[in-house]
Amino acid sequence: MDDSRFIRGYLSLLLTRCGISCTVAENGQAGLECLRCLGPYDVALIDWNMPFMSGLEMIQAIRRDSAYDHLKILMVTVESDIAHIETALLAGADEYLLKPFDEFGLVTKLELIGLSP
Amino acid sequence: MPCTDADFAYLRSIVYEHSANALDSSRDYLFESRLQQFLHSTGLRTLENLVEALRKWPDPAVKRYIAEAMTINETSFFRDRAPFEVLRFDLLPPLIRRRSSLRRLRFWSGACSTGQEVYSLAMLLLEFFPELCDWQLEILGTDISREVIARARAGRYMRMEVNRGLPARFLIKYFRRVGDEWEVIPELRRMCRFHQRNLGNGPMLLERYDGVLLRNVMSYFSSEARQRLLLNIHRLLARDGFLILGSDEQPDPLGVFQSVVTRGTRYNIPLQYP
Repeated sequence: MDDSRFIRGYLSLLLTRCGISCTVAENGQAGLECLRCLGPYDVALIDWNMPFMSGLEMIQAIRRDSAYDHLKILMVTVESDIAHIETALLAGADEYLLKPFDEFGLVTKLELIGLSP
Repeated sequence: MPCTDADFAYLRSIVYEHSANALDSSRDYLFESRLQQFLHSTGLRTLENLVEALRKWPDPAVKRYIAEAMTINETSFFRDRAPFEVLRFDLLPPLIRRRSSLRRLRFWSGACSTGQEVYSLAMLLLEFFPELCDWQLEILGTDISREVIARARAGRYMRMEVNRGLPARFLIKYFRRVGDEWEVIPELRRMCRFHQRNLGNGPMLLERYDGVLLRNVMSYFSSEARQRLLLNIHRLLARDGFLILGSDEQPDPLGVFQSVVTRGTRYNIPLQYP
């Protein structure tokens, strides 16, 4: 989930290259709809700054619902201060990927949360 | 006139002469990219000019620069993960028990590049072995390249670098933001030191080490250089120490190390002779 078309495309490309199929959404609300209707998913990659529903709010919504207890969450964001990272991890993100990132960084983050691309 | 095969062979021989690093001709394209800045700053502009100048005036400083620039520097924090799990669960606990009266541990990371392996080991010790807080912990990182050693000493990394292999909770615990970069905290830095050193033909270390990490570099040495290096490592490893190579690397059949395969990787223990 990212409101940037470029990031959605870039992530899709990298994930596909890793053998991971993906669905994209341009904001949190659309993302939650995908989760409800098109799941189950193994991991949600979520941007922080999105319209209508921020990434943090989305994480909180997901973690409130026990139906998604299995779902790993990787925050992918330009927000890099410690407070943001701490907040995301406390809210239930499993890992945190800083923008800009490359394929190496994405793959190692996915490995850290138990996915082997 | 572009570089000929003979020119590239000459450049490769310089690298070998100064680092025992036997480059394959398939890597000739790297000379252009790795030496670009040097060619620009010296006004030589092209590799051909560099080769011509060196043939006429073989400057040792320039040759050393070429050898350093051609070293491979691809690394990440907790690279390959399995070796760090082996350290955490299999190697360090019994080693720590055996050192409980000495209260000192010493490790060496050869070809440490920009320091991520050294700092990863330091974080592992601090995070999972808090009982070592008042021990003497020393981790030495060496590399042939002065440039990467300087970067390792600085302990400062860009976003893309801290993304690679570093758990987010370790990032916020063991680093602090400095502008747009991340710098290791003093507690980590105190355990680590870095020196420029040539594995291939430089003077060997004099201290004894409890563990040596030398990963993914052996394949760049000739068989003879590998054997020499392994014998030297055997000499400076504690009798109950360990050597970790790349997961696909095995010590040459000298009979001075025994390999142990576990957790999808391997480590090596020194064999002793009467």
